Amino acid sequence: MLKLPIYLDHNATTPMDPRVLEAMIPYFTENFGNAASRNHSFGWHAEEAVDYAREQVAKLIGADPKEIIFTSGATEGDNLAIKGVYEMYASKGNHIITCTTEHKAVLDTCKHLEKLGAEVTYLEVQPDGLVDLKALEAAMRPTTILVAIMYANNEIGVVQPVKEIGEIAKKHGALFFTDGVQAVGKIPVDVIADGIDIMAFTAHKMYGPKGVGALYVRRKNPRVKVTAQMDGGGHERGMRSGTLNVPGIVGFGKAAEIARTDMAADTERISKLRDKLENALKQIDESYVNGNPAHRLPHVSNISFKYVEGEGLMMGFNKDIALSSGSACTSASLEPSYVLKALGLGDDLAHSSLRFGLGRYTTEEQIDFTIKAVTDTVLKLREMSPLWEMFKEGVDIDAIQWAHH
Amino acid sequence: MAYSDKVIDHYSNPKNVGTLDKASKSVGTGLVGAPECGDVMRLQIQVDEATGIITDAKFKTFGCGSAIASSSLATEWLKGKSVDEAVKIDNMDLVEELNLPPVKIHCSVLAEDAIKSAINDYRKKNGLDELVFEERIH
Repeated sequence: MLKLPIYLDHNATTPMDPRVLEAMIPYFTENFGNAASRNHSFGWHAEEAVDYAREQVAKLIGADPKEIIFTSGATEGDNLAIKGVYEMYASKGNHIITCTTEHKAVLDTCKHLEKLGAEVTYLEVQPDGLVDLKALEAAMRPTTILVAIMYANNEIGVVQPVKEIGEIAKKHGALFFTDGVQAVGKIPVDVIADGIDIMAFTAHKMYGPKGVGALYVRRKNPRVKVTAQMDGGGHERGMRSGTLNVPGIVGFGKAAEIARTDMAADTERISKLRDKLENALKQIDESYVNGNPAHRLPHVSNISFKYVEGEGLMMGFNKDIALSSGSACTSASLEPSYVLKALGLGDDLAHSSLRFGLGRYTTEEQIDFTIKAVTDTVLKLREMSPLWEMFKEGVDIDAIQWAHH
Repeated sequence: MAYSDKVIDHYSNPKNVGTLDKASKSVGTGLVGAPECGDVMRLQIQVDEATGIITDAKFKTFGCGSAIASSSLATEWLKGKSVDEAVKIDNMDLVEELNLPPVKIHCSVLAEDAIKSAINDYRKKNGLDELVFEERIH
């Protein structure tokens, strides 16, 4: 029996794996100690649990446990990494390179630093969503201290050429920071092989709890330091003060372990479902897949259905299917997705997009239901769309003088 | 955002979707909005030239549920009204009837603009002066 509603918004957050919850429970009640309490068993138990989780998390990304700094999530990680490097390496330079499709936690942090004197280059991406390595190389300056490019994009799922980006940064003596939120736990990420110096990621995108994340900070070749952004007890090697969220960290560790052991099987199953969904929806006239299909996360598909508006489209099935649109109307700003616009998509296509994010518990039955619901709604709304009628009559919609408002 | 039942009803069972002959002298067509803004409305009225009564109204809308509902409701209200009465339809009446939240008020403004634009198109075709409406900020 198909249970509704169906959740296809796994880029926003994931449900917690029951195995994760089970691991966490004792750390709320009997093992409630403060991991920083050094002189009694309550503290020792908590510290032991945190150390074990640190190993589990480190192993997922090929890091040393000492290189893992626990945070409250990836927004904090992005802030700590970029602001922390800016402060720590101020004597070396003030130039940061990032790209226009980054998450707001990166873009707004960079904008904040610009006010404090940083120079920031926002690289345009190519129409397929990937960073142009030649443009990156050309943007490097002697004063460049940091290259901040995400591992995989949250809206379209494209996976950046991180290894090449890391090499370019290293060649020019800059650090490479990547927001790994969407990639870690979904595809193999190895900080050594990928040449990553700092990476932010979070538990709740990999079937762990909300409110806990990690910042990977490389300890050798080179040894990286970031200036703490909160003053306090000097936890986490002095880089992030604050009592550790022990149950959250335990859950994060378990989620990381499961992600590592189940990744291959999960990916194989989920990518098949994603391809089935995408191939079926591509059959609809004037539908376009956004982002490079060969360099993409296995569970994400972003499709524009021209001549129908995304929010109107979602309304056709949003009591049964939960997903996300790049359309304006979902936010108060009325601006369509800046990520899709950065790909060079016209506002019309940006307004017409849906993001499908599949996950560990997505079933074929759910995908079949989704294919039918989306197809039916697109066809129904096109019958109602003046733009579709014009298109069918051969009217050049771009040539019309629209009254902008 | 949660939609009101009336918006959902108009979205699910839109009234008067369709196309009238825009070349006909008795038909007025209003096309407002822009694809870049995420909503385009086309609203058409068929006017009985002898009585000045709107005998039919049709719409097609590219936009969110509130835009579709605003134009669907507008066509319902237009039918049976005289052109002079139709000019008086105010966007706030649509807001009230559909219970639109503040962020969706622009949908009702667009519908009002579409009505006025259709009426002016009809007037122009029939040798009447176009009505001048005060500029409004969307």
